[in-house]
Amino acid sequence: MNSAQILVIDDEAQIRKLLRITLQSNDYSVAEAENAKDGLIAAANHPPDVILLDLGLPDRDGHSLLTELRQWYAKPVIIISVQNNEEDIVKALDNGANDYLVKPFRTGELLARIRSALRSSAVDESGPVLNYEGLSIDLLTRTVRKNGEMVKLTATEYSLLILLVKNEGKVLTHHFLLKNIWGPDFLDQSQYLRVYIAQLRKKIETDPNRPCYIITETGVGYRFTAGDKNIKQT
Amino acid sequence: MTDFIPKRTQYFISLGSILAVSLLSFFFTPFIGYKVVAFLLLVTLSILALFFDVLPVLISAVLSALIWNFFFIPPRFTFHVRANEDLFFFIMYFIIAMVHAVLTFKIREIQKIARKKEEKANTLKLYNTLLNSLSHELRTPIATIIGASDNLAMNAGKLTDENKASLISEISLAALRLNQQVENLLNMSRLESGVIRPRRDWCDVNELIYASIKNVEEYSTDHIVTVHVKENMPLFKLDMGLMEQVLNNLINNAVTYTPPGSTISITGDCMDRTCVITVEDNGKGFPPGEREKVFEKFYRLKYSKTGGTGLGLSIAKGFIEAHNGTISLQSSSAGGAKFIIRIPTEISYLNSIKNE
Repeated sequence: MNSAQILVIDDEAQIRKLLRITLQSNDYSVAEAENAKDGLIAAANHPPDVILLDLGLPDRDGHSLLTELRQWYAKPVIIISVQNNEEDIVKALDNGANDYLVKPFRTGELLARIRSALRSSAVDESGPVLNYEGLSIDLLTRTVRKNGEMVKLTATEYSLLILLVKNEGKVLTHHFLLKNIWGPDFLDQSQYLRVYIAQLRKKIETDPNRPCYIITETGVGYRFTAGDKNIKQT
Repeated sequence: MTDFIPKRTQYFISLGSILAVSLLSFFFTPFIGYKVVAFLLLVTLSILALFFDVLPVLISAVLSALIWNFFFIPPRFTFHVRANEDLFFFIMYFIIAMVHAVLTFKIREIQKIARKKEEKANTLKLYNTLLNSLSHELRTPIATIIGASDNLAMNAGKLTDENKASLISEISLAALRLNQQVENLLNMSRLESGVIRPRRDWCDVNELIYASIKNVEEYSTDHIVTVHVKENMPLFKLDMGLMEQVLNNLINNAVTYTPPGSTISITGDCMDRTCVITVEDNGKGFPPGEREKVFEKFYRLKYSKTGGTGLGLSIAKGFIEAHNGTISLQSSSAGGAKFIIRIPTEISYLNSIKNE
């Protein structure tokens, strides 16, 4: 039984209705707001577990609303927007959104993203060994096993993998990854990221060309997923 | 055709040819007589009038008349005309030359107007084609959605579970199809308004190709897709989002127009700092005469049955050209269609980075 509460901030009544029915029938409780002002009030009065935020609100720019929310709201925010403009998406993620979905999105995908957003807020509490289907990572001994066999990773590959894993389900932008693994001087050096992602995939994926752990979000970044088979299904 | 010849060249050629003909005739006058020279000059003028604007031809007419008078009509080397018959000839020459220049010009103007009318008719035809294919491509899925949801609402009690599930799946498919068409239309209008500027970033072609295949595989698994990317491919500076849509459209095209079970092969290569990607199928291909037209907006192969607004390939071309690249269509060795993309761009070799 899910008891997580979800706040939907979207000006389109039809979308709100659709989301309410979908989420309630999956045992989430739902609150709604049709503009930025009501959204902020609702979030402050009853802080929800997840916020679904439409960037195109009538009374305020969604990006500035997100920035303001992030000053005190630490739980997941998922952007739902009709804009599939990569720059817009990257900006929202850099401003603290956990994830984004472009309308129209599939219901299965929405539910998977909500599940992983809720889960990722709990990842730090798991033990030193992270287990995924076919992949296990021991944070204490810094060892990675693929189907039980040790995988030799370089220090950079390991840090990259751990950063992705610790943010399981969340899209990490190219900038975020470059800054955290290589440092702020490397923000424009995305060739490093491409090369290391390719190398990492060769070592941990069963088929590096059809990855199931490290997923490409074209023009935006990378996402670690594991075991959530509902992603990309209806 | 005059539109393509610069004015100065027109003056140069017309005056030049009048002078040349006059000079030649000057030496031959003893054999042919000065009256024939008039005809030679008139023939020259007629030919000039076929190709050039009215002004250079008129000036040539005046010049030739004066030359004929001065150098050929006796007494030579004066503008004086001795015989009445010659004066009559001279005036006739002048009139014929003028009329000729003006008439030819008028005929060409009429041709121009006719061409414009034809262009307008073509645009109208294109517009009608657009409306036809659009209304078909948009209304079919909308009709499906309305029909199926009405059916579900009104006959809820009477429908078998199987039929219900089938109607729901039809709604879903129709909506996806509609979404695809809207995506195409949005991309087309982005291209036409000129706001497409590639955001280039280092791109792994292998990753790009597989990402595109994944998109298409979500709704079609009836085709065999093979990928061959050259070993040690460098990274290229490309807009991966745009490139993914290009490959989506090409793969989609192959999936739509070849029978299930057909093979689609995709290759990636680097030649002279140019990224070369090919998408090839073993279907029927395009007839040789149609190959130039496939990238035109709203182009659809004659007698093709299945959907499509005829925008996919022209969007692909637009996105590739935004990268300063080219896309061409050839016949594959198996007789199918082979699209070749070439984009010259910055490259970076993977092995130049130390593995630390």
